[in-house]
Amino acid sequence: MNKILLAGAYALALAMGVADLRDLAAYAAPAVAAAAGPTVKIDNFVFGPEALTVTVGTTVTWINQDDIPHNIVANDKSFKSKVLDTDERFSFTFTKPGEYGYFCGLHPHMTGKVIVKAG
Amino acid sequence: MSHDQDDNRTDLGRPDLGRRGLLKCMGWAGTGALWTMSGGVGAAISLDQALGAPAKAASFSFLQISDSHVGFNKPANPDAAATYREAVAKISTLPQKPDFIIHTGDITQLSKDQEFDDAEQIIKAAGLPVFYVPGEHDMLDEGGGKAYLDRFGKGTKGAGWYSFDHKGVHFVALINVANLKPGGMGSLGGDQLEWLERDLKGRPSSQPIVVFAHMPLWTVYADWGWGTDDAPQAMAYLARFGSVTVLNGHIHQVTQKVEGNIAFHTARSTAFPQPVGGQGPSPGPLKVPTEQLHSMLGITTASITRGHGPIALTDQTLADPTLAS
Ligand SMILES: [Cu+2]
Repeated sequence: MNKILLAGAYALALAMGVADLRDLAAYAAPAVAAAAGPTVKIDNFVFGPEALTVTVGTTVTWINQDDIPHNIVANDKSFKSKVLDTDERFSFTFTKPGEYGYFCGLHPHMTGKVIVKAG
Repeated sequence: MSHDQDDNRTDLGRPDLGRRGLLKCMGWAGTGALWTMSGGVGAAISLDQALGAPAKAASFSFLQISDSHVGFNKPANPDAAATYREAVAKISTLPQKPDFIIHTGDITQLSKDQEFDDAEQIIKAAGLPVFYVPGEHDMLDEGGGKAYLDRFGKGTKGAGWYSFDHKGVHFVALINVANLKPGGMGSLGGDQLEWLERDLKGRPSSQPIVVFAHMPLWTVYADWGWGTDDAPQAMAYLARFGSVTVLNGHIHQVTQKVEGNIAFHTARSTAFPQPVGGQGPSPGPLKVPTEQLHSMLGITTASITRGHGPIALTDQTLADPTLAS
């Protein structure tokens, strides 16, 4: 299935020319990430999944499903959400490979990590 | 409920007293604990006891209120401001007027200006001075606690710590909800610990000390972060004093412990109950049927009468006809 899709995309790319493919990618990537990017759900004071592996450029969205506010703070402070009340979300796009540990600034025993692999 | 936890503890300081003798259930109702200072010994009596019984010999009293979470409106309590108002209304009818109130944090739910405004308006009805420490819910503004400090932090140091003397008793307000570390519990931090050491230095060991902070200053339940990582250092500075009473909130239930001359106690919330540590999927609000909520808030306290009698813990509900007001 993937092979066929890839072949199709490749044929399309050949037909459009390389420059057009780059444009296509530029248009498609953000829209796809926002709509279908991975989510981390906060449920009962737990980040799920606790460890998430993504590729560079992926936007991760955290959703607070608790009745108590939480927030998302990177251990190295490279990203920090405002406080998320019930059902509120926070998104962050990872642009560099690495392992990003994070925790809840209100309840620091809540921890998780995002592993970002080169694309 | 608190008794289950107590059963896992050792009361190092009072080996002469059996568990039953040391911790004994008494009737108590009310949303706050009334603290009576008598010869430097903290004694918590219920609001309703205070309303009904003649005042005990005491040089002065003060009140602890905790976790009002003004702004909370979820199923566990659709109107936390209303239950806070009820708690405050009880205070103003006490026959023996407390000298002041300490609020051990989580004044608001989300640190919003409106929530702080409402909370201040509500407690004003008591007509008493209020000494605050912030909870983690009071640190959620953009400035990470600036809103709290602007309001309540005048004359305080660092994240808001301070101390004062009242009728011979030394009160120390500690902040353990700032600069929290990944994977940790509450934290005092090096600067505050240094300040505490200096603050206590030179005081006679006979001076009674009351320490208050939001999160428990002993480990109640580590898996839920119910403790303070560097509290042992603070306790080392306090160990030489003959009478130390540590008052905390955060866990929305009464627990207590005695270690040497240090008595630890957590107060109930005026907003919503939380489960006993580990007895539930999370430390989130404990949802109870509407008709039960009131009773769960109003019904727990501790009596500490060290030197005169046992430390008393209480679990009763306002639904109890003998206690209903
Ligand atoms: Cu949290």
